[in-house]
Amino acid sequence: MAQLSPMPVFDPISDPAAGLNTNLPSDVTAGTQKMILNMGPQHPATHGVLRLVVELDGEVIVHVHPEIGYLHTGIEKTCEAKFYQQVVPLTDRVNYLDPLSNNLCYCLAVEKLLDLEIPDRAQWIRVMMTELSRLNSHLIWLGTHAMDIGALTVFLYTFREREEILRLFEAVAGQRMMTSYFRVGGLSMDVPLGFLDRVQAFIRTMPEKIDEYSNLLTGNPIFINRLKGVGFLSPEDAIAFGVTGPPLRASGVDIDLRRDMPYSSYEKFDFKVPISTACDTWARYEVRLIEMRESVKIIQQALDGMPGGAVKADAPKIVLPDREKMKTQMEALIHHFKIVTEGFEVPAGEVYQGIECGHGQVGYYIVSDGTAKPYRVHMRYPSFPTLQALETMSKGRLIADLVAVIGSIDIVLGEIDR
Amino acid sequence: MSLSTTQAPTLSGVAAVSEGLPGHPAVAAILTLGENSLRDARYDRNELTLTVAPEDIVPACSVLKNAGYNFFEDMTAVDWFPSSPRFQLSYHLLSHSMKERIRLRALLADAVNGALPSVASITPIWPGANFYEREVFDLFGIRFEGHPDLRRIMMPDDWQGHPLRKDYPVEGYR
Repeated sequence: MAQLSPMPVFDPISDPAAGLNTNLPSDVTAGTQKMILNMGPQHPATHGVLRLVVELDGEVIVHVHPEIGYLHTGIEKTCEAKFYQQVVPLTDRVNYLDPLSNNLCYCLAVEKLLDLEIPDRAQWIRVMMTELSRLNSHLIWLGTHAMDIGALTVFLYTFREREEILRLFEAVAGQRMMTSYFRVGGLSMDVPLGFLDRVQAFIRTMPEKIDEYSNLLTGNPIFINRLKGVGFLSPEDAIAFGVTGPPLRASGVDIDLRRDMPYSSYEKFDFKVPISTACDTWARYEVRLIEMRESVKIIQQALDGMPGGAVKADAPKIVLPDREKMKTQMEALIHHFKIVTEGFEVPAGEVYQGIECGHGQVGYYIVSDGTAKPYRVHMRYPSFPTLQALETMSKGRLIADLVAVIGSIDIVLGEIDR
Repeated sequence: MSLSTTQAPTLSGVAAVSEGLPGHPAVAAILTLGENSLRDARYDRNELTLTVAPEDIVPACSVLKNAGYNFFEDMTAVDWFPSSPRFQLSYHLLSHSMKERIRLRALLADAVNGALPSVASITPIWPGANFYEREVFDLFGIRFEGHPDLRRIMMPDDWQGHPLRKDYPVEGYR
């Protein structure tokens, strides 16, 4: 066997043939040059296809520029080509971690345009399912946030409970993630037999599961050191940047649309809105943990006081008829055919409906021109403005803190890029 | 059909809104800019919409912020092609103290000779409007004068056209 010749040493600095470094200024010395680092769009700690262009001085962050749009699908344009009821499945895909909140916000907006009254049972089931969805969203946040920090165990625990929530979603909607369970005028159908008992069994164990996560993290010195005092966001900055939801409440601003501008019967539920004035990543962790406990209380109240009756509004030209009626009554068959093939006309006007989802305030702005298709649907999602506050929160900190800060604002790229 | 009776009656026009909602802080704030600054007002489905001229957007936001509408929640545009004026800008402002939301609206004519229509940026008042104005610039082709970094945000930098405009082709070759 022939002896291998030694590999040529590749030295781009001294080798002019490499074509590199020809533009380096001659006065560059160690410690004075800023480094531009691309974080993402395929970085595991950016929770999707977020790309951050980070300007670094050593390990200290000087600037952070979020570059977004990698997941842009033109969902708002797509909505303009669909009937009103066909938009519901699109809304699931915007924030895929909290699907029922999206369904709810869109349906409430169209119902406001139509001036429809929703039966009590449908409203209460909506509240119960939306809170389950919020738990789902917070469980994913907690698992991935802790994993980014290095506490891998919690991820496995939170996904165990999330799995049960997904099974509950599957039981009502036939789908684990893209539920489309809420429809314009109510629900797609009533919950199956024994479903409420399953929810009861799930939330009976949930408080001790939250204790379990808390035991793993709240006293953990590494977790505390990585989170406390990191990612400071003053209440003035939070409001200026349009930050909403848990990050805003962790900055001491006491606003929660569920309590302050109630929708879907939230005014009949008794719950606390956790506030913290610490303004840091740790405060956001604490606020969300308490929110999960409050969600469990809301679900319990919904189960205790669940009214009976219909789950669809009495509006035969908007809501699809029952299957049985459709097969036995000519009138119902005609309505079914008309709704499916031609949609339903919505009076002209414009509405904005805001709700509080797991990440913050969601808003749907719908402009109707009186036809069966929306003229314009605009979606306000909380991660989009919150991303603007990233630089304020991480400037002057180490690059490792950036991962903690991104985790604490709980971003979903689907809702940023739409 | 079950119609709910929870919604207040519709008020249309500046006179009807001033009469129906006497002393409303948002209406009063806009009127401090001048007698004719409030072009139109509408109270529909429990939502108040105030229309101002596009050149009044920045002063209107400024007086509304001082009147308690401290939180900039959302901003977008609507393309009324082929009607004129073509574009509608809708700003949603929320008051944390009054727990009330208003919609500020401006109708913007299309520019001639293929230029992009333009309006002043509200980023000096709310820095959070930065991404929203970039989005409207990208998808509707409306320029915001005074914006610190007006670049495309959703579409690639070398993209031609503005996809949310109504005359943007949705199928075939562009």
